[in-house]
Amino acid sequence: MNHFPILSVMLAVPLLAGVGCLMADTKLARTIALVATLTDFALGLVLWAKFDIGGAQWQFQESLPLFSGFSWKLGIDGIALLLIELSVFLMPICILASNSIDKRVGEYMAAFLLMEALMIGVFAAQDLYLFYIFFEAGLIPMYLIIGVWGGAERIYASYKFFLYTLLGSVLMLIAMLWMANNAQTTDIPTLMQYDFDPAAQKWLWLAFFASFAVKMPMWPVHTWLPDAHVQAPTEGSVILAGVLLKMGGYGFIRFSLPMFPSASADYAWLIYGLSMVAVVYTSLVALVQTDMKKLIAYSSVAHMAIVTVGLFAFNTQGLEGAMIVMLSHGLVSAALFLCVGVIYDRLHTREIGRYGGLAINMPYYALLFMLFTMASVGLPGTSGFIGEFLSLAGIYQQSSWVAFVSTTGIILGAAYMLYLYRRIAFGTQVNADAAAMPDLNPREWLMLAPIAAAVLWMGIYPESFLAPMRGDIRAIEARLAATKPVGDAKFKMGKAPPLGEAHAEGTH
Amino acid sequence: MDWIHSLRIGAAEELLSTVGIALLVASAWGQGKRDARAITWLAVLTLIGAAAITAPTLWHGVRGPEALAFNGLLSGDAFAAFAKLLIYIAAAASLLVAPAFFEKYRAMRSEYPVLVLFAVLGMGIMVSATNLLTLYVGLELNSLSAYVLAAFLKTDERSAEAGLKYFVLGALASGILLFGMSLTYGFTGTIGFAGISAALSGHISMGALFGLTFVLSGLAFKISAVPFHMWTPDVYEGAPTPVTTFFASAPKVAALTLTMRVAIEAFGTQAAAWQQIVSFVALASILVGALGAIGQSNLKRLLAYSSINNVGFMLVGLASATPQGAAAMLVYLTIYVPMTIGGFVAILMLKDENGNQLENMAYIAGLSRTRPMLALGLGSIMFSMAGIPFFFGFWGKFVVFQSAVNAGMVWLAAAAAVASVIGAYYYLKVLKVMYFDEPVNRVTGRSDMLHEWLLASCAVFVSPLGYLVTKGLTALTMTAAGVLFPPV
Repeated sequence: MNHFPILSVMLAVPLLAGVGCLMADTKLARTIALVATLTDFALGLVLWAKFDIGGAQWQFQESLPLFSGFSWKLGIDGIALLLIELSVFLMPICILASNSIDKRVGEYMAAFLLMEALMIGVFAAQDLYLFYIFFEAGLIPMYLIIGVWGGAERIYASYKFFLYTLLGSVLMLIAMLWMANNAQTTDIPTLMQYDFDPAAQKWLWLAFFASFAVKMPMWPVHTWLPDAHVQAPTEGSVILAGVLLKMGGYGFIRFSLPMFPSASADYAWLIYGLSMVAVVYTSLVALVQTDMKKLIAYSSVAHMAIVTVGLFAFNTQGLEGAMIVMLSHGLVSAALFLCVGVIYDRLHTREIGRYGGLAINMPYYALLFMLFTMASVGLPGTSGFIGEFLSLAGIYQQSSWVAFVSTTGIILGAAYMLYLYRRIAFGTQVNADAAAMPDLNPREWLMLAPIAAAVLWMGIYPESFLAPMRGDIRAIEARLAATKPVGDAKFKMGKAPPLGEAHAEGTH
Repeated sequence: MDWIHSLRIGAAEELLSTVGIALLVASAWGQGKRDARAITWLAVLTLIGAAAITAPTLWHGVRGPEALAFNGLLSGDAFAAFAKLLIYIAAAASLLVAPAFFEKYRAMRSEYPVLVLFAVLGMGIMVSATNLLTLYVGLELNSLSAYVLAAFLKTDERSAEAGLKYFVLGALASGILLFGMSLTYGFTGTIGFAGISAALSGHISMGALFGLTFVLSGLAFKISAVPFHMWTPDVYEGAPTPVTTFFASAPKVAALTLTMRVAIEAFGTQAAAWQQIVSFVALASILVGALGAIGQSNLKRLLAYSSINNVGFMLVGLASATPQGAAAMLVYLTIYVPMTIGGFVAILMLKDENGNQLENMAYIAGLSRTRPMLALGLGSIMFSMAGIPFFFGFWGKFVVFQSAVNAGMVWLAAAAAVASVIGAYYYLKVLKVMYFDEPVNRVTGRSDMLHEWLLASCAVFVSPLGYLVTKGLTALTMTAAGVLFPPV
């Protein structure tokens, strides 16, 4: 290790700041947290700038044999890089948004900073057990965030969140122990190339599935999510929807697919089935919600189902699409929860019926909310479109039926999101208190504008986000190629036009 | 003559017994508060001395014939040394927390440290025993001291009840154990572990199988494993808290390591026969411990069930019957001892303004706001006991699961792991009460400095910093556990 251990530093900054926050008073804690998260964001930008696209698959590797049986081993590929960027981007925004928290601020900031360190750890860990430790430990701060600062039903929600996720994960731990014993290594890059016995793969796949399906969450183990979202404070929901749900998808793409390729093909039907149910069922459930947060929570389940079908399309489009949906959903659902938070802070209700006609008194709010609604629906030009289009294009090659059912999710998504938007922003102003709400203040602008910019950037020029992970996606596709199931689309490859022609009409 | 050699091997026990007797005589004259404190400190110093004598044995990995003393009645090997060191630490901690507690009830008497020393002596003999008779002598010396300790708070009805219950049920267990031993002797013709092991190689007769089962049952009582666990919650609740701290730590270590030695050294050739028993007992303990704890409102009872639950996890390591499994158990014990001491010390620190002990869960509501550091300490210990990474308690569970998986018992590991989620529920409940509920502000009494330091060091040990010792710990436990198995 002869370079600057940037990943360890990114882990250490929030951890140390978190300890500092525990001892600081309210004002100082807010400052420390903001400075620490911004520092991490800056480090994240350095990471991105220094990431060599098309270079080695694993970069910024560090390894310290600190522990018995596993080691402190970090390193990232393009997939991990983008998810780390998402985490460090959302964190300062969360800290800014947490102005409405007024009790036990020091502890609150400490919990968030701990959460940030653990999220980065999950994406950067290159050792199986180190990954598990980060993955599981994330439950602790989230449990506290929901339980201490949550709404009326917070205790039930925090238990449900904790125990559901824990139950999913312990089986994964047993599978990891078996894998490490079988392969005699805990190094994730090595395991990604290791061929487990196909019969054993099935069990291992199911054990990992138990964990990731809960985390993702997939129907029917999604029920913890609406409870957790509704009860969590706004920033808790942002992190939960923005990053924690991505750990499930990350798990599939990092573990299930490359480590158990044949089992992934064998169980693709399971993923398809659950995803199809989720897309249609949770979209319909979202349609009838009267609580804004619950509606967005159910929409998350539907979007995550698009991610799973994309992942199990076993081809480049599907995998890239799934990754972009994850990133896009991370931004958009975070922004939507922040939008809910903005009006919740003013009126202290999440009841959709209490609002209406906000476009009149809060025009800028209505504008940004509109943008995020459209991004959630998947309007071309926003990040949502790119991801959903690629995912669906990918799955169509594999199964036209799954593609067909999943696509209804887009239509239903448009239905519930536009219906939500209409009830909140348009119509007559029936409630005087809602009509008197002031528009966005500078702090709220500061929170929402960067996300809006990122959403548009990803929608207009997705190449910035596709380029870093292209090589990794290719590698996974190659790994899956031997065992992937035969699709029903039977695509025939056309002849590519000569190079010069493509450039002439290309985007450059 | 090899008497010198034998005496050198038994040096720690000789030190403990001479000092114990000397302090007993001294305590006949010194009954004041200050004398009791002085004798307590002397006892702690003695334990440190005994630890200093024992440590090199572990360090050098002493094993085999050179460790045997008194014609093979005792073995001062690395395994015994490891267990003894843990026992000394646990006993010293329970001695240190005692004066502040008993003085409140004007019950701090010099007999307490003396009894603890004798119990420790008994445990030292237990863990070094390589012969059924030595085993029994050590076990009884420990148990008899423990019965008196449980009833140490003479004026308290609950304490007297605990002492009596412990005595009656303990006597029953001793009977079962003796019956098992007599059967084993009858069918193998020897009481030495090595002889039993040799006699049992090959086919096992029905009588010997009965002997094995009874011996294990008697030991299961001592480690409070299901289905011989019923006395634990009552005794833990009734006994004075420093004594409970002692019961939950040192004798657990002694009985568990003794069980390991008996199972592996004496009955090792019949591992297949007891693996089933141990697997069942392990799973049952995990489940009953977890389910039983859910309804408890008394924190001491809760920790009693938690100790049953923890014993279950440790037995998963034994069930795998490999050196790795035995080492995993030792790792788990090393983490369990500070965890459980920390838990009981935290309970000792829960006092109202008059210094009365509070044991009910309702009183710690909102503790995180009135006593943040105490809540943080107890909270870390709870998360650690639940086995949630990144707390160090996870490592204990991790290594026992690993040993089971590597031994091909994936189902046992999986079942235990799933059952650990049930356990997580009641640990979370303590956290919920401390962190989520509105403060009741009952815990207002000042804590003893010593208690604070003990809790702080236990909390630091179970924090993620604990992982830094895993390398050394693995090496030491592998050395210690390797002693039990024939050299490869």
